[in-house]
Amino acid sequence: MSMIQEFKKVWKTYTIGMIWLLGLLWPLLGIHPDGTLSFEKTFTVWAYLFAGTFICLIVYVLNKSGSLDAVKGPVSKVWENGSAASKTVPLWVWLLAAFVMALLFPQFTGRYQQDVAINVLIYVCLGLGLNIVVGLCGMLDLGYIAFYGIGAYTYALFNTHYGVPFWICLPISAIFALIAACIVGFPTLRMRGDYLAIVTLGFGEIIRLILNNWMSLTNGPNGIMGINRPGMWWISFADGISFEHFWFKKLHLMYYVILGLVILTIIAVNRLNFSRVGRAWEAIREDETAAELMGVNTFILKLLAYAMGGFFAGIAGAFFVARMKFVSPDSFIFYESAMVLCMVVLGGLGSIPGIILGAAALIVFPEVFREFELYRMLAFGAVMVLMMLFRPAGLIPAKRMGTRSDDKE
Amino acid sequence: MAEPILELKDVHSGYGSIKALKGISLKIYPGEVVAIIGANGAGKSTTLMTICGITKATQGEIYYQGNLINKVLPEKLPTLGLCQVPEGRRIFPRLSVMENLRMGAFYRNDTDQIMKDMQHAYEMFPILGERHNQEGGTLSGGEQQMLAIARALMTKPTVLLLDEPSLGLAPIIVQQIFDIIAQINKEEGTTILLVEQNANLALQAAARGYVMETGEITLEDDAQSLLNNPKIREAYLGE
Ligand SMILES: Nc1ncnc2c1ncn2[C@@H]1O[C@H](COP(=O)(O)OP(=O)(O)O)[C@@H](O)[C@H]1O
Ligand SMILES: [Mg+2]
Repeated sequence: MSMIQEFKKVWKTYTIGMIWLLGLLWPLLGIHPDGTLSFEKTFTVWAYLFAGTFICLIVYVLNKSGSLDAVKGPVSKVWENGSAASKTVPLWVWLLAAFVMALLFPQFTGRYQQDVAINVLIYVCLGLGLNIVVGLCGMLDLGYIAFYGIGAYTYALFNTHYGVPFWICLPISAIFALIAACIVGFPTLRMRGDYLAIVTLGFGEIIRLILNNWMSLTNGPNGIMGINRPGMWWISFADGISFEHFWFKKLHLMYYVILGLVILTIIAVNRLNFSRVGRAWEAIREDETAAELMGVNTFILKLLAYAMGGFFAGIAGAFFVARMKFVSPDSFIFYESAMVLCMVVLGGLGSIPGIILGAAALIVFPEVFREFELYRMLAFGAVMVLMMLFRPAGLIPAKRMGTRSDDKE
Repeated sequence: MAEPILELKDVHSGYGSIKALKGISLKIYPGEVVAIIGANGAGKSTTLMTICGITKATQGEIYYQGNLINKVLPEKLPTLGLCQVPEGRRIFPRLSVMENLRMGAFYRNDTDQIMKDMQHAYEMFPILGERHNQEGGTLSGGEQQMLAIARALMTKPTVLLLDEPSLGLAPIIVQQIFDIIAQINKEEGTTILLVEQNANLALQAAARGYVMETGEITLEDDAQSLLNNPKIREAYLGE
């Protein structure tokens, strides 16, 4: 009979919630632009939602009252055994498995999947860069995508005007984005918290507007076309031995390029994260004044974090352009900054596997639900709210208790 | 007497248009424990923050070991041996106890010595040793105060500035903390400038004391004389 008691506890909140939902739904679905009012559609949608949530409610009540224990016991045991077993396997085995899977991925998948995977990897690169700024150093950067744009346009312009190949331009793009980050950071990083967020937001828009309006350099909203893919010299045995240049036209080659870049980024970010500098960044995030009192040069370190973020965004930008063979300012709108920020927060601030998962989730989720295009942002918002309610530290929260490279127990 | 290790000459400072310090002069001699007492809002914390360069002195001179340090950046001071345990502890809540201590040794490169000092800190505060992998923010108030002191000790200070170490702590913990302060002064020879609202405690721990009121030093004397001073007894010791 504990079931009834459990039900008594929640039915009031549930009923109020459903009435409130009805009150929200009706203006959305029942009021039409021509001034007519209708009720039918609202009630059908509401009835479906009611049915769905009622099932959830019953499961919840059953669970609370212990009626599900018969099923739950064995399941959770299997789960526990599984996770205990997985802990005995050393970390490098997991990493190796993930690496092999990533390597073999194009063998088993088609163009579409590879395309999505490339997209995910670009955002992983961006997310890892932003994570240094937001996750480690605690500076809210809302204009991050500008550095992506700078990296992208650097490659686009150098390549179309001077024919500089991708591999040479990749570090140049990264450095340009890094320099831009230093230029922006120098006057602004003295600010803290909300002020910094607003300033970076403004900066992001300025860069986009410059790209949009500087017709003679960037060709404005029309964008730049005919950008080269990465290429490579390869030994050819066609007639004798000679060297031959070919472009990475096959999609899986591009996949391997970005995979390599992401792996390099992960290694670099991981090393930074677990270094003396990484700890100082976290100290700044926790309490800037206290960090200063402990002898941390907060300004230089914040600038460094900002510059490193720009650096990785620049890499991602150059690759993005090489992949699309086209660039226009539309790719660098505020929505993109918000998206990357969501990935970082959703995945888990400061956690590298979390960010990879966050990027994958936010790219793949809309792809899977393509049919519901219209309701995508709605679902997206709902997922974010649920996430923050149930896993506020992210999907895979950062492990804070790890030791760092220079720690000997 | 020897040269003062820390000297403030007519120091003014404040926050924008608010004048928090209106001409402070202090002399601290090597190896001393000196207390600054005063009511809430008198400017005690501002004095310490001005010494550390976080709040800039608008006028006057601050000398440390005979050198003018007004213009020295705050982050350079720990390397010179001047460190503060700020009011409200301000440990790094999401870093582990061990990492908090490592942050104290941020400017140092002598890894082996750092490890020894960390061991020493754990001996001084056994509870920190037990919790070395726990997040700083999950410690109790007293433990956080110990961590804040231990973190400052990791900078190997010659002069330690302590801002209200008794704030919000149970009497038994306060006693423990003050014992440790005395121990630091005796064993390491660290000069200590102690800021307290709890005048009784501070004057018992210190050899000399300054009394601060609304941004000015109004009285300076031996701690014992201050304790016996009827005015002080009335104003700060609640009699
Ligand atoms: N960040 C600040 N901004 C503006 N005024 C401040 C700030 N901090 C302290 N004050 C003012 O400066 C004066 C001295 O404060 P403080 O040094 O904190 O006093 P105490 O530590 O003796 O309690 C007070 O009048 C206080 O209101
Ligand atoms: Mg104070």
